Amino acid sequence: MSDFKKSGMSRRGLLKAGAVGGLVAATPSFFIKDAWAEEFRNNPTNSGEVKLGFNVPQSGPYADEGADELRAYMLAVKHLNGEGDGGMLNTMKPSMLTGKGVLGKKVTYATGDTQTKSDAARASAKRMIEKDGVLMVTGGSSSGVAVAVQSLCQEQGIIFMAGLTHSNDTTGKDKRRYGFRHFFNAYMSGAALAPVLNKEYGSDRRAYHLTADYTWGWTQEESIKNSTEALGWETVNTVKTPVGAGDFSQYITPVLNSGADVLILNHYGKDMINSLSQAVQFGLRDKQVNGKNFEIVVPLFSRLMAQGAGDAIKGILGTTNWNWSLQDDGSKAFVQSFGAEYGAPPSMAAHTCYVQTLLYANACEMAGTFYPPEVIKQLEGFNFDGMGNGPTLYRAEDHQCFKDVLVVRGNENPSSQFDLLKVVDITPRAQVEYDWTIFGGELGPYEVKM
Amino acid sequence: MTNMKKPSFNDTMLILVFAAAILAMPLWLDPFGGNYPDLLQKFAIYGIFAIGFNILFGLTGYLSFGHAAFLGVGSYAAVWSFKLLTMNAIPAVIFGVLFAGLLAAIIGFLSLRRTGIYFSILTLAFAQMSYNLAYSVLTPITNGETGLQLARSDPRILDKLFSDGPASAGLPSTELFGETMSGYPGFYFCAVLLIIGFYISLRIFRSPFGLMLKGIKSNQNRMKYTGLNTRPYMLTAFIISGMYAGLAGSLLAVTDPLAGAERMQWTASGEVVLMTILGGAGTLVGPMLGAGLIKYFENIFSSFDDSVLQQAFSFLPDSVLEIVVPVVGLFVGSGWHLTLGLLFMIIVIFLPGGLVEGFRRIFNYFTSGGGKAETQSVEAHNQAGE
Repeated sequence: MSDFKKSGMSRRGLLKAGAVGGLVAATPSFFIKDAWAEEFRNNPTNSGEVKLGFNVPQSGPYADEGADELRAYMLAVKHLNGEGDGGMLNTMKPSMLTGKGVLGKKVTYATGDTQTKSDAARASAKRMIEKDGVLMVTGGSSSGVAVAVQSLCQEQGIIFMAGLTHSNDTTGKDKRRYGFRHFFNAYMSGAALAPVLNKEYGSDRRAYHLTADYTWGWTQEESIKNSTEALGWETVNTVKTPVGAGDFSQYITPVLNSGADVLILNHYGKDMINSLSQAVQFGLRDKQVNGKNFEIVVPLFSRLMAQGAGDAIKGILGTTNWNWSLQDDGSKAFVQSFGAEYGAPPSMAAHTCYVQTLLYANACEMAGTFYPPEVIKQLEGFNFDGMGNGPTLYRAEDHQCFKDVLVVRGNENPSSQFDLLKVVDITPRAQVEYDWTIFGGELGPYEVKM
Repeated sequence: MTNMKKPSFNDTMLILVFAAAILAMPLWLDPFGGNYPDLLQKFAIYGIFAIGFNILFGLTGYLSFGHAAFLGVGSYAAVWSFKLLTMNAIPAVIFGVLFAGLLAAIIGFLSLRRTGIYFSILTLAFAQMSYNLAYSVLTPITNGETGLQLARSDPRILDKLFSDGPASAGLPSTELFGETMSGYPGFYFCAVLLIIGFYISLRIFRSPFGLMLKGIKSNQNRMKYTGLNTRPYMLTAFIISGMYAGLAGSLLAVTDPLAGAERMQWTASGEVVLMTILGGAGTLVGPMLGAGLIKYFENIFSSFDDSVLQQAFSFLPDSVLEIVVPVVGLFVGSGWHLTLGLLFMIIVIFLPGGLVEGFRRIFNYFTSGGGKAETQSVEAHNQAGE
């Protein structure tokens, strides 16, 4: 610091410079306050491009999902700018996307690493908003992170298009006006899974839950518990496990002597890979309890996790938002262009992120402006199709998408290294809909003062 | 200790230069891409954290591996102050410092019975306990992994007393008598506290109390043989250091009202050790520099992706570019830890005194062989950086 002394600058000069510097630095915030009504944060009107912020976990227990999300985002940007084969731009209905950018502006992006931590995620979202000037933030592979970033985006007046987040809270008690979720939630998983569980395992079962200890785990445990108990199942015990624990043996051993005959793993990402592999290693699935085969259920399933868990997933039931084996036009178009680009089919995390980016771009086109309140109004109550899940509604009251839910089973005889999940049942949208008031919370205002 | 004779001029100069450099950060960080409020706030906040840590580690040589616990407690106390009392930043900061000081008194009282590695392990154990408490046991208070956040329905007793109007539609934001504490105003608030914190630390370094602590560092046994009970001094230093961490934690909450348990994790405790060693343990400005460097790496280096690299190296011919970009790409983006690790190794091996020693060497190199006046200024410099 004291090298300054050599430079021949006087103390007064330095003080002056400091004061002037402070003033200059503070100037933009003064101007923003008195600006005209449609002035908003990171307004791209005077620039030839519009920047989106992709905030994904590049390290931590959900890093695999994050990497795939980022691939999907880059593909979406390509398609929006008219490069590549266009993917779902050709199948989305209704669509105003032209493949010439958004509202005539070229789409660019900034990326950030959430590290699957709320603090780090908010820091990188702030960096993208304050430094890179992004107009919309999207991503995340953990509900804790999604909830934290969503409330930040509400404060900042930046639209947040949630990536993979499955907690009921994201569009329930922690919903925000500026936050939107295409992905399904724990309630829908429970509602879709229950009938299949009833059919496969009967109505007289004793369940043991291992639950990731944060918002997603809590709400999923609650939802699955409610829907299985409605079948007549009994819940023996629910145990919370820390995220990123690595070793779950201390949690699995007590299951053996608990008298339970079903283990429900409310885990995701590497946690699920570890806990499921260990449960299988401990011989849980070969056991007979109460005269029935011991079963394991993983309510939220993804192909990436199935890949990591290897043989352990064979025959395991779960739900998923989307699977690459679907045969509708939208899914086929997306799988084809993703495969051509990266040499592997997309995961459901990639799918939801890709779709969210397109939906945001389309809403801007429909609104004819990037002004967030107008874009939000276009997304609220938006009905669309051709994005891989059948007819879908963005419900205005809680910004949650409603669409069919897939119940899947780990494939016993996979035909390729990607053919790991077999769709058992497509639960129609009507069966997973619920009253938005049951989770409480409120969206907040359209206009955000800056 | 020549500075004891005429401390006023050099120290006043140092504090003024320091203040100017901190307040002008938006200016001189602009070319480095560091001029945006969130990063500036982080610089100031982690600067406070590192300066406080240095009072313990730099002066007494006691290496605490549990300082993140105080950071976390400060954050939780501040967010609860926002939830229960008022959105004003002042009470939040006061509560953050108080609670951290309290926890430091308890942990310090127990840990300071041992020295050296045992002390480090004890503090690490306490911090890990605090982390696990915050993470799973005390979830009603801390909201576990999800993190403690504000809600519209929070009581906020003081705010309700003074305003009868209907609550605004959105979440209230933290403020200081009407000025919102996000963005640049938040940075200047943190910067002012950093300068005050730096001044207090300077006074401690120059005080008899500071001398006593240095004495403990060089030979605690001898201090004891002279009939001095060193424990109260150690405990005071530990508590002061914990309060600095609490201040930093509460400021994290002031600039962004959210407190998560991961702030208390041992990696966060390790980070402040890295900052201090990187900058130069036991020097006044060193820890601050280390904090800045690490936060800069974490925020700027981690954001470089291949497209940024392509642009940066676009002057190279395409064939070279294809090799250079992937190789450099390993060290930026998600690989920023790798770069930081390398840098840390280089500094510890070649500059055990940290960045400050590096600056001093460069300075000496340029001024060696100079006249009498120059030698004096070197001396002044050494004192300043001491």
